[in-house]
Amino acid sequence: MSDFAIIGKPVALIDSAGKTTGQGKYTDDLSMPGMLIGKILHSPLPHARIKRINPTKAVKLEGVVSVVVGTDAPNKYGILPVGHDETALAVDKVRYVGDNVACVVATSESIAEQALELIDVEYEPLPAYFDPEEAMKAESDLIHDHRPHNIEKEYHHVFGDPGAGFAQADAIVEGRYVAGEVTHAAMEPHSTLAYFELDALTGEEGRLVVQSSTQVPYYLQHKLSIVLDKPMAQIRVIKPLVGGGFGGKSEIIPLEIIAAVAARKAKAPVKITYTREEVFWAHRGRPRTIIDLKTGVKRDGSLTAVAAKVIQDGGAYCSYGVVTILYSGALLGALYDIPNIQYDGFRVLTNKPACGAMRGHGTVNVRFAFESQLDELALKIGMDPYDIRKRNLLKPPCVTVNGLRVQSYGLPECIEKVVKASDWAARRAEYKQKYNGTVRRGLGLACSHYVSGAANSIIRSDMPHSTVNIKIERDGGVVVYTGASDIGQGSDTMVAQIAAEVLGCTLGRIKVIAADTDLTPVDIGSYSSRVTFMNGNATMRAAEDAKKKIIAAAARKMQCFEADVLMRDDWVWKQGTKPPWERTTTAGIAEVSGHVDGQVLRGSLQQKRKDEGPKDFMTFEEAAVSAMDFAGAVSGTGAYAPPKDARGGGHKGGGVGPSPAYSYSAQVVDAGVDTETGEVTVHKVWAAHDCGRALNPVAVEGQVIGSVWMGLGQALQEEFVWKDGLLMNPGMLEYKSPSAVESPEVVTFIVESIDPEGPFGAKEASEGSLAAVIPAVANAIFDATGMRLRESPFTPERVLSGIRKVMGLKKINMTNDVDPTEPHTLREHGGSLWFKGKGPQRHEMDPARKPALSREQ
Amino acid sequence: MKKELIELKVNGRRHELAIEPSKLLLDTLREDLGLTGSKRGCDDSSCGACAVLLDGTPMLACTMLAAAYQCDGGGNEVTTVEGVAEHGALAAIQKAYGDWGGSQCGYCTPGFMMTVKSLLDNNPEPTEEEIKRALSSNLCRCTGYTQMYEAVKAAIKAEQQGTNV
Repeated sequence: MSDFAIIGKPVALIDSAGKTTGQGKYTDDLSMPGMLIGKILHSPLPHARIKRINPTKAVKLEGVVSVVVGTDAPNKYGILPVGHDETALAVDKVRYVGDNVACVVATSESIAEQALELIDVEYEPLPAYFDPEEAMKAESDLIHDHRPHNIEKEYHHVFGDPGAGFAQADAIVEGRYVAGEVTHAAMEPHSTLAYFELDALTGEEGRLVVQSSTQVPYYLQHKLSIVLDKPMAQIRVIKPLVGGGFGGKSEIIPLEIIAAVAARKAKAPVKITYTREEVFWAHRGRPRTIIDLKTGVKRDGSLTAVAAKVIQDGGAYCSYGVVTILYSGALLGALYDIPNIQYDGFRVLTNKPACGAMRGHGTVNVRFAFESQLDELALKIGMDPYDIRKRNLLKPPCVTVNGLRVQSYGLPECIEKVVKASDWAARRAEYKQKYNGTVRRGLGLACSHYVSGAANSIIRSDMPHSTVNIKIERDGGVVVYTGASDIGQGSDTMVAQIAAEVLGCTLGRIKVIAADTDLTPVDIGSYSSRVTFMNGNATMRAAEDAKKKIIAAAARKMQCFEADVLMRDDWVWKQGTKPPWERTTTAGIAEVSGHVDGQVLRGSLQQKRKDEGPKDFMTFEEAAVSAMDFAGAVSGTGAYAPPKDARGGGHKGGGVGPSPAYSYSAQVVDAGVDTETGEVTVHKVWAAHDCGRALNPVAVEGQVIGSVWMGLGQALQEEFVWKDGLLMNPGMLEYKSPSAVESPEVVTFIVESIDPEGPFGAKEASEGSLAAVIPAVANAIFDATGMRLRESPFTPERVLSGIRKVMGLKKINMTNDVDPTEPHTLREHGGSLWFKGKGPQRHEMDPARKPALSREQ
Repeated sequence: MKKELIELKVNGRRHELAIEPSKLLLDTLREDLGLTGSKRGCDDSSCGACAVLLDGTPMLACTMLAAAYQCDGGGNEVTTVEGVAEHGALAAIQKAYGDWGGSQCGYCTPGFMMTVKSLLDNNPEPTEEEIKRALSSNLCRCTGYTQMYEAVKAAIKAEQQGTNV
């Protein structure tokens, strides 16, 4: 279809060899002479005033260099300008089990660990809040004094006329849905290495260099500047390879700030790497959410109104919370045509680790509720789930009732693809017949979408969201300097592909220098799936800028108009003549005096002697050399800022949700349910994702499968289990991250809607497919058993409890008497059965149960 | 703790090292030998990112004491991901993991390389089920594993053709 040399072709990630050989360096792989190790002392209490911290004994331990406490760096920071409520280390209060109290810097990890036990902290416990609905009733002992009722933020939005909409409806379904809390659990635990240089002029502390596992180097630079009272220009943040983010590294994680503060106090390089347990405490994942949803439809299936009340259990700090609660409302729009929307969102503080942004930020849990309810409505009006979705499609280009501009819209094709591939109607009928014993089987359909970057950045300004520089080297090498942060999604490769395609050179010529605040121009980071769209556009513009200069020189050399110069596959030729690779005579090739190995640096003199008269084609290398002869240094710059008309409505909170483009996904899940054990087995998922244009199909498929897989984890097994603010499952096995044997086949279909503003028409591919799979599983369970689960994840306990209810068997008492088919509240112990009050105790020998030991070295 | 002298054989080379007897093999590889390819993902042998081969068998270096695996002439040969490439070129599984999207963020990849190497060394033509079983010893949070199966199959094919994919 398309005539591209590199775009649309499957390409191995350009850094993949470093990953498969172990040569690539992640932050924890780095070390430097004199480097010390930092270890953080975490709070054992969920809410307490710190009366006293005495590190004297710890400091005296041989090998300990210093102990850092809150007063060493009391400036407040936070990822959102409206949410500056964190300090490097607790200054007066701790707000969750795991909160950061002190940091020991020592010559080895084991000494630092011993020293932690010698720090004497006296706490005055305060009442703690673990349930958001309870926390909202609080009048005193607030988690943050400036947040009455522990409400971080609430929004009340009305678009259209929901009252009139519900009045028009022939059927209305109302229900409460509850989604458990999940976390990113990226394979690489967070790590930061920080050190200060000494200034040659003053002889004092100079620039700070921080290497960190971050998705947002420029935000990190900004927040370090706030906490350390140091100009951003004096801070260099470098992002080495990052071992996965999923949002968990998209804000400033405490250790990043603590390492810098510790390096300042210890006057030496300090590295801190979280243990896996600490990663769980640092969290910033998807909050437990209560969704009260009400939807109306006409008999023909068209939606008339939606009303959603969302309460998020946000944890102890703001983090991205304000954005999360806004996304939850805003992204009710832009998937289907909904004329009337009412949204009430509450982001609530509780004494648990802060929740933040996680893949599918803000949309996932609400999408679970909505797509489940859509099936309930379809059942009520006797419509097929497929038909009701088809009935409510948008008709782009359009602007939704809540101000979201939609241009490209591949959802209809996505739905068709998965319905056809799964043989929807026939297979459902077949399963009904075939599986009527203990094991039932069914299909579920659901859709989802996501932004291709937020049209408004966190820090409101008119500055571009992405900037890219390109330098052409004397031998035709191309260096792309991009602020984009590759966290494994392949953004470096995306940038290389776009630059090579635009410049008409091969991928091998491209070097990508990325995410180093000293070298690369600003890009606001890898989050909200913005990089392909925004950094891709900036790369495209930078490459076009450089190309202009090369073309000008080539036109002079070939004596033709600039408009007639073509570039592709390392060749430059005149329009109207045969492309060089189609020329059959070797004489033609021999003519190409641009082949100048070893000669490039001698420049034009050498070239001229070899060039005899004008020609109609040349190599990329020769063209690049010519450009330098004529223009001097050849470089290009490009920037991208979302257009004004994509930035959304003017209502309060209207800045979150708008995006220059949305990705779309439709999925069918084939699931079996064992009605005796409650076990759900997903056999297969058909997933179609509209990514605009697939710049690199292998990478797109990988992102879509990865999203679906992560969504399946949330649907079936992943969940935080709490006991009085203590996380009971802070490990990869206890958290139940699915392994290969638990992971079904995911069949992907790429739908290319070619967005008018995306680079080569591309949109996002990494997040939009996560949300659909959770309701698709719920809908498949319903299809198989007739039992509607409204509480996720769909663990065997919940499924069994629901099935026994619909079968009229003896009730299973779940924690807090929550019925997973009609949950009325969040519950502490997740899906665990008969979990009344006590909960698992740590083993007697577990050091966490013992008072601090004072070990002698 | 006082250090002691040990001898390790890693990737065919012998190293004499002074380490604390309590030091883990993973830390010894990463800190004392600078072989940072093996990763720490979980601390409790649940994720497989630290997998190395001990005489051809995948083992989790994060819960092994280095001093317990000294080379003694007969055995205890450790192979890390740095020892997988062949003759200065990517081994078939390494090339295939890159080409087929088996590696995204790459943090789990060294562990998977060791698992897959051991699988194919012992069973050059595994069934799909055998591949799945073998890979289940390691966790990945990016790929959903699907593209890894493609990669392993491509590597097997490449090995059979005697080419490097």
